[in-house]
Amino acid sequence: MSLLFEANQKALALGIPLSVHLDITYRCNERCVHCYLDHDDHGELTLPEIRDLLTQLADAGVFFLTLSGGEVLMRRDFFEIVECARGLLFNVKVKTNGVMVREVQAKRLRELDVEQIQISVYSHRPEVHDAITKIPGSHGRTVEAIRFLKSQQLKVVIANVLTTVNLSDHTGVMALARDLGVPYTLDPTITPKMDGDKSILDLRIEGSELRKVFREETLVGDVEEFCAPPPPPGDDIMDGYPCSAGHTACYISPYGDVFPCVQFPLPCGNIRKQKFLSIWRDSKQLNDVRSIRARDLHVCSSCAHVGTCTRCPGLAYMEGNMRGPSTADCEKSFQRTGIVTANMMMGSRGRPTTPLIQIQPIC
Amino acid sequence: MEHNSLNERAFISDHYIARSSAIAARLVGGEMMIMSAVDSTFFTLNQVGTAIWQAADGRTPLSEIITRTICAEFDVGHVQAQTDAEQFVKDLAEHGILRISDQPIIEASPLPPIPA
Repeated sequence: MSLLFEANQKALALGIPLSVHLDITYRCNERCVHCYLDHDDHGELTLPEIRDLLTQLADAGVFFLTLSGGEVLMRRDFFEIVECARGLLFNVKVKTNGVMVREVQAKRLRELDVEQIQISVYSHRPEVHDAITKIPGSHGRTVEAIRFLKSQQLKVVIANVLTTVNLSDHTGVMALARDLGVPYTLDPTITPKMDGDKSILDLRIEGSELRKVFREETLVGDVEEFCAPPPPPGDDIMDGYPCSAGHTACYISPYGDVFPCVQFPLPCGNIRKQKFLSIWRDSKQLNDVRSIRARDLHVCSSCAHVGTCTRCPGLAYMEGNMRGPSTADCEKSFQRTGIVTANMMMGSRGRPTTPLIQIQPIC
Repeated sequence: MEHNSLNERAFISDHYIARSSAIAARLVGGEMMIMSAVDSTFFTLNQVGTAIWQAADGRTPLSEIITRTICAEFDVGHVQAQTDAEQFVKDLAEHGILRISDQPIIEASPLPPIPA
């Protein structure tokens, strides 16, 4: 049992939000074809508000802080936010597209001891990457940023969102990551736009392609083990909770809205109206999320995959019921093992709306 | 003189110790969680370790921390406390979590807030 796992269990027992994902802006200098965000500023938290929020988060026991967006560097006060966060001794991770990261920014991130920088790269081919971001030259700038960050001995991770546009390029991005000396993460998650527009879901990869991805040894390690049929669930599984959302983690938007997770758009409160800890402890919505156990799930509790499925309660919520199945995860379980899910047997197998997976390749 | 590595010298309790700023830290349930920004090693300190780390202000010699904090607040003899504390400090220094010097250290990292 790792120390991190033990720490997480302790936080769970004590009701401490160990991890917070804070989007500091939805504004962005790219216009990625698969992006679910609205890039306008509808009244972002000000720097004093963010400083106050970070102090509240530290007081609440938050250890891991992810700063994301939008593009974080669209905020002119980005480094003041990171300075404040590091002054409060958070473990800070930053997600960026890297376009605005030059030598001076890389050096500042090093000075501030940022733990990790995750950078989105969509293809090893500049024309494909730039077609996705809609910004000519963005691939070159992003790859340069990775080199600047690496030259400062910072830990960089490439995140490769997989869509129909760049489906065949992930091996090229993996090779690029190897050349740059950074880890690689694949993510086929496409979610509906914030305004409800589902047209971008056409960019999700088909189930048959997902099946191929699940059988790539360089991505999943031991394919036989990864794709093995699920073992029968025990009481520990049936009494367990689905994921950390609302238990030891939550998401805060640039406008101060608190949600269980970045992919779980259930509003739980706003830090402009309430203290964070009051929302975290007393929100009816968060407490509802926390009450869910595997045996309470309407369909999934009777599914063979219940113990191994990556069922996302946020995606289930977006489909209408946080205690119901997430068809995207049903599809994943099916494509991974070849075993039909309970939800599929009930006849509701349809197009997965929001495939979700994070695959870390073996080194 | 500040020491980053203690491999080449014997450790002396009269040295000064200071919390590094190249860390993330949080007090959870009375025990300190710390991650080194140098090598991402994750530590959880027990109550004694937490007390030493909190007292590592760069101005107080380790010997004084052992006497005034550890022996006074915990049920442990001085010899055992000194042996354990020296090893503890050496381990944390090797991961860049504590700084050690034979002179007072001006800049010690601030303490993380006490959870509400």
